[in-house]
This record gives sequence, structure tokens and C-alpha cells, in this order.
Amino acid sequence: MFRFTITLLLLTLTSLSGCSNFGVQPWERDVLAQKKMQLDPYPVDTYLDEHIYTSREASSGGRGIGGGGCGCN
Amino acid sequence: MQLKKPKSIRSALAVATCSMLSGVSHHALAESTPWEIDTALLYYGESDADNSRVTVVEPVIRARKEIADDEFLTFRFVFDSLTGASANGAIPQSTPQTFTSPSGDATYTTSANQTPLDPTFHDSRGAINAEWELPLSRLTKGIFSANFSKEFDYTSMGLAATLSRDFNNRNTTLSGGLSYNADTVSPVGGAPAGLTPMPTTTAIKKTTIGSDQDKNEADLLLGVTQVINRHTLMQLNFTYGMDDGYLTDPYKILSVVDNTGTLVGTDPYLFEKRPDSRARQAIYWKTVHQFSEDVLNVSYRYYWDDWGIASHTLDLKYRAELGRGHYLEPHLRYYSQSKVDFYYYALPDGTSPDYASADYRLADLDATTIGLKYGITRDENSELAIRAERYTQSSGGDAPFPDVNANIIQLNYSLNF
Repeated sequence: MFRFTITLLLLTLTSLSGCSNFGVQPWERDVLAQKKMQLDPYPVDTYLDEHIYTSREASSGGRGIGGGGCGCN
Repeated sequence: MQLKKPKSIRSALAVATCSMLSGVSHHALAESTPWEIDTALLYYGESDADNSRVTVVEPVIRARKEIADDEFLTFRFVFDSLTGASANGAIPQSTPQTFTSPSGDATYTTSANQTPLDPTFHDSRGAINAEWELPLSRLTKGIFSANFSKEFDYTSMGLAATLSRDFNNRNTTLSGGLSYNADTVSPVGGAPAGLTPMPTTTAIKKTTIGSDQDKNEADLLLGVTQVINRHTLMQLNFTYGMDDGYLTDPYKILSVVDNTGTLVGTDPYLFEKRPDSRARQAIYWKTVHQFSEDVLNVSYRYYWDDWGIASHTLDLKYRAELGRGHYLEPHLRYYSQSKVDFYYYALPDGTSPDYASADYRLADLDATTIGLKYGITRDENSELAIRAERYTQSSGGDAPFPDVNANIIQLNYSLNF
């Protein structure tokens, strides 16, 4: 686990230094500002999907944290 | 001369744009900001080849308001009602089988060659979530949230905090978060002692380890979001979670069988037992890309834990703009998991493992979702949408449980006022 975290941190740092090659200027954010271009444009859909899939499958997490628990039989 | 100094023009424009934007937002907030209201009604109906199973109806209301510059309050209210039958973990037999209900006060019988389903499931759940998002500095943002939910046999309370900071001209965002949930399981009829017999008549009572059981979950999130170009955004997350406490499903049992798969002994059913801790990890990658108007949304998750689950989840959505605010969004999802180390389709007579479960959700499992959403955005301020999906779960290994199909229908209405 520890080794994995270190690898992930290194990967993140490496990709961050590469990240300066990407991106846009502040006046080029017209498309990214649209609702449909957000990472989670429909949070209610996401909430309901996660409720279905975490109660029907054995995996959870990844997208975010702090959703709350359920008995989900 | 000017051509030699493009950067100074860039930065001048950047400063101008930023100051204009901040001026606009100050001005907008001088007037009152609207409440953004999202409502949804979900129907989820599950069945296998022979029987209908669980049906869930779930209304959701989410309300969000900007209370100061870039500072938001969000509330979410959920109510769900669940009825129907759920697989109890026992396997079909060539003769009818009788089980006791969780309370121990009644019995139910499954016909020959049918998957045993416990028909006594009726549950309602209310959940509330509050979230406070606020800027902590020019480039740093905090999101703090609290949640509470209550079912008649389950209570959940949790807190979460996420901090994020922008870099590279706001093209890169790093996030870190922590959450903690304290849950209480209050099984009907008490929590059964793991791997003890389920009585088959109401005259005998199950062995319990008490009533309320605690379960705690702590999660850590590390994430990076990167603007790739004017049309593409990418996200990479790592989450690590620790569960401890009562992680067993108090209503699931295992059949004890001989080598022909026939029930044996006077106590042919045992309550399941899971380990009391679980370490979970997931890597999640998401990309949003806009073509001329249409938007492609792709995500992939690799999940693994110390129970033996490793899973792949691939999710694809394509939003096709039809013009005049109408859109169609096909959705495909594929999921595949390997079983936990203590999964048994049925327990061979004479084995006495430390942990055992026959819950098909912990088995080798493949699942697909195919769906379509149709939406109408009337103007900037309202949106109406409907989505219909078909979710299918099937055995990914040699455990011959039947396919489970679910129909999902959801209505959404969003309004700013």
C-alpha cells in the first residue's frame, strides 16, 4: 500500500510538471464554462446511480467521498 | 516590437479578463442569486427469469444557492421506499424449502427448483445532506459536508471535507479530502451470530450477538483535474477507504450441502459471516470532451480491496445536441468483478471456514447498463429530462445464480428561481 501511494504521488508530480504544457488562457474558457462540460453536470443522476450500483455491486469509491451509507439489502 | 512580446499581451488580457469577470460577479451578487432546484423521481424494478424482486421508488430534491462570491450552500433530501423480495443466499433444491423470517416470528417457503427469496423486505429510508462550498483564498476552495440517513434497521451519520487548489493559470486543480461515517446496524430480531444455524421453525430462535452493531468508514481522496485544451477536461482520483465493525449482512444465509449439492443435516442453513475490517482502494479516471456541440463523457475505475474483490467499471455517455435545447444521451456501462475470498455458492458439509458468504453480490459478477436520456433545456433556467435504462447482472464465474434484470426510469426537472 505504502509503495503504491509513493508511486501514485510520483506519477501525479510527473504529470503535474507536464501539465503546464496543457491548458487554456482565461479568455478561452467559453466551452469549459458550459454546464454540460462540468465533471458532474447532473449531481442528482450521479447520486442515484451510485446508490444503485454500490448496493448491487461490491465496489465503491473512486469518483468522490462523503456520500453517506445505507443498509441496502 | 509588439510581436516580440506576446506574453505581455497575454498577461494584460488575462488581468483584464479576470478583473472584468470579478466585476461581473460582484455586480450579479448585488442582486439576489437564484435557488437552483434539481428534482428527480427514480423507479427501479428488479426481476429474474421467474420472479419479480426488489422495487424502489426514490424522490430526490436538491437545492443550491450562492450566498456570497463563489460561496454556495447545497441541501439534498432523499426518500426511498423499497418493497419486494431479495435473494437470501440459499441455493435451489429439488424439494420446497422453508425459512424463518428475520424476526423469527414467521416462516416462508420457496418452491422446488426456485432461487430462495426472502419476501419480507419492506424498507423506507430518509436521507439529508448539507454541503458548504467556500473560497479559502484566491486559488483555494473548501467543501464541507454532513449527512444523515435513517432506515428502520440502519442509521448513518457522516462528515466530509475536501480542499482544492488551482495551479497553472487555473488549468490544474489538486484536491485532497477526508470523510468519516459512523453507522449503526439494528437487524430485525437481533444480529445473528456468524455461521450459526438459521432456525427452520418459529419454535427455535436464532443465536444473536446483540441488537445494535457499529460500523465505521473512513475515506481519503487525492485527485487532480487538468484542462487539456479548450474542449477537453480530465480528472484522475485515488481513493482509499477503511471499514471496520459489523460488515456482515444479517439477513443472508448459506446452504450446507453434500457433494451432489443436496442439503444435509438438521441445520442446513447457516448465517453468513464477513471479516470485521475492509481496506478499499480505487483509481478513477474521467474525461469530458466536446465535439462541435456534442459532449463525450468517459470514465474508468479500477477498484480493489483486501476481501479479494478487483473490479473494472467503464462508463460512456454521449450527449447529442438535437437543436433548440433538445438533446439525446445514450449511456453504456460495463462492470466486472472477481469474487471475495470467502464466497461460497454453497458451503460443502464438513468445512468450517472463518468467514463465509453466499451473497451473489460478492461473487464473480458481470453487469451491463444500456440507457438513453432525453432532455429539453427550455432556457438558461429550466430543464426537463427522462431517462430509461436496463441493468443486467450475470454470473461471471461458475456460481450458477440466475441473471438479474432491472428497469430504471427516472424523471428530472430543474429550475432556477
